[in-house]
This record gives sequence, structure tokens and C-alpha cells, in this order.
Amino acid sequence: MLLAIIAIGVVIVALLWDLVLPSVKTAVARHRARRAIIPGASYDPGRERRAEQRARQLLKSCVNDEEWGMYRDLGFIRVWGAMARAPRRGRLGSDDPRAGAPYAYLIYPHKPIVAYLPQTRELLNEYCVEFPDETRPYGSALLPDSDDVLAKWMALTGDERRLISTANMHLPGRQVDPKQVRRDLWRLGQWERERLRRTPQAPGEVAAP
Amino acid sequence: MKFLRMKPGHGEVLIVEGDVELAEDEELLIEEFRRQLDLGMWAAVPERTSAGRREARMVKAFEEIPRDAERVIFFPRAAGGA
Repeated sequence: MLLAIIAIGVVIVALLWDLVLPSVKTAVARHRARRAIIPGASYDPGRERRAEQRARQLLKSCVNDEEWGMYRDLGFIRVWGAMARAPRRGRLGSDDPRAGAPYAYLIYPHKPIVAYLPQTRELLNEYCVEFPDETRPYGSALLPDSDDVLAKWMALTGDERRLISTANMHLPGRQVDPKQVRRDLWRLGQWERERLRRTPQAPGEVAAP
Repeated sequence: MKFLRMKPGHGEVLIVEGDVELAEDEELLIEEFRRQLDLGMWAAVPERTSAGRREARMVKAFEEIPRDAERVIFFPRAAGGA
């Protein structure tokens, strides 16, 4: 009799075990998953900000005071063109009086370089150029904003022809809104006047009206 | 002379530093210069013109770097954008 009861008990336990085991395994797995230490993703929200701070310091140490002030206050840098002739313009022939006029570039971070004529504020071209670092040390190939500006500045002042021939040239307005550029040129004019006004004058000089 | 390299997500990184007047350091600098160019970097030396303007000199060979240059900045080679 006792043997029979034990046998029945064993059978009941075995049947129940089959029923209970999956849910026990699931509960244990969930418990472990909750307690597990997840290896931290290496994203650091402050990294980009620190990178930009470093880049700004490097930019400041390389460019002229005027250019640094321009970037700090206006968000772009103007660089004068150094080639003998102005960049080629599709609609203008070589006998056009504007060909060869002094020209300049506006350097924006991570935007095309905009060429224009300072005297008339006529926009000439957009030069789309990037400096992709394919090693992607932190998952991105993009330099910090100020490093991008400095790279363009160095390439333009150091070897304008090479940079311009590398870039993809487009008519104005493809990526940078011409209205925004004209507004920036107006702001630049205001900024330069204010800067001139603040500059201490040499003895004997008279302030401009 | 310091070699700096611009890096995404970091800003500039000091790669190597040395005195060009010391043969051992110069060799190290030359080796690193070539390595960076082989990695596809452009190299520029920030400098001041005789008129006082600041500009950069792009260099393609170690010999083109002025001996008194304080730093050379490496940055990824330009590519036409969209």
C-alpha cells in the first residue's frame, strides 16, 4: 500500500514538473535579465560639446583676430579670394567686366562655401566640400563645426585652387538660401562698421561719420 | 614641433611631438608625417605672413614644413559634397 502511494506521488510530481518547469525557467531568466549589468553604450552626451570647445580654441589660435570675431559673433568667416581671376561663372564670358573682380568666400560650418562679389553682393557659386574621416572614431565621420570651418579656412588660404577644384560647384541657392546669405552679408557689413567704430584711432585721425 | 590631427567627436589630438633639430625626433616626425598622408590626411601649417596676416601653408612633403613651425595640423582630405 505504501509503495503504491509513493509511486503515485512520484508520477504526480513528474507530471507537475513537466508543467511547471517552463514557467520556472522563464521566471528565472527574467529575474537574471533584470539583474544583469548591461555593458554601457559608449555614448557620452558631453563629448560633442567638449569636442566643439577644443575645436573653437584651435580655430581661434589659427585665424586672424578679425576672422575669429566674425565667427564668434556671426557664425561664419569671410575669406578673400586669392586667385588672379574670379571663379568662373557659367553665364559670364571672359570679357564681362565682373570677371576678375575681387571676390570672397563665406565659410559656414558643414555647409557649402559661398563665393560672392563683395562690391555688388552678387552670389557667384556654392562649393560643396566635405572632410569625411572614414575611420569614424566615435561613429561619425563629421568633424566638429569649428574644425570643419578651420579645415576649409586652411585649405582656402593654403591652396585655394586645389580646394575649389575638389569641390562640387553649384549655382547659388542649391543648399544655402540666398536670402540668408544676403542677410549675412548685411550683418557682416554692420559688424565691420561697428568694429571700425570701436577700433582706437591713431592720433590725428578723424572718425568716419 | 607638434603634429595635431582633427578627429570627429573629439577635436584635435596630439599625435606626436618632437624637436626637428634632434635626428631621432626628426625621423619620428617624418615617419608619422608619411603615415598620416598615407591615411588620406591633408597637412597644413598655420603661419603668419610678413604683413602680419594669418594663413595656412598646405604641405605635401616633410621638407616643405618650415623648420621653425610650431605645429602641423592634419585633417581629412577634402571631397566633393552633395
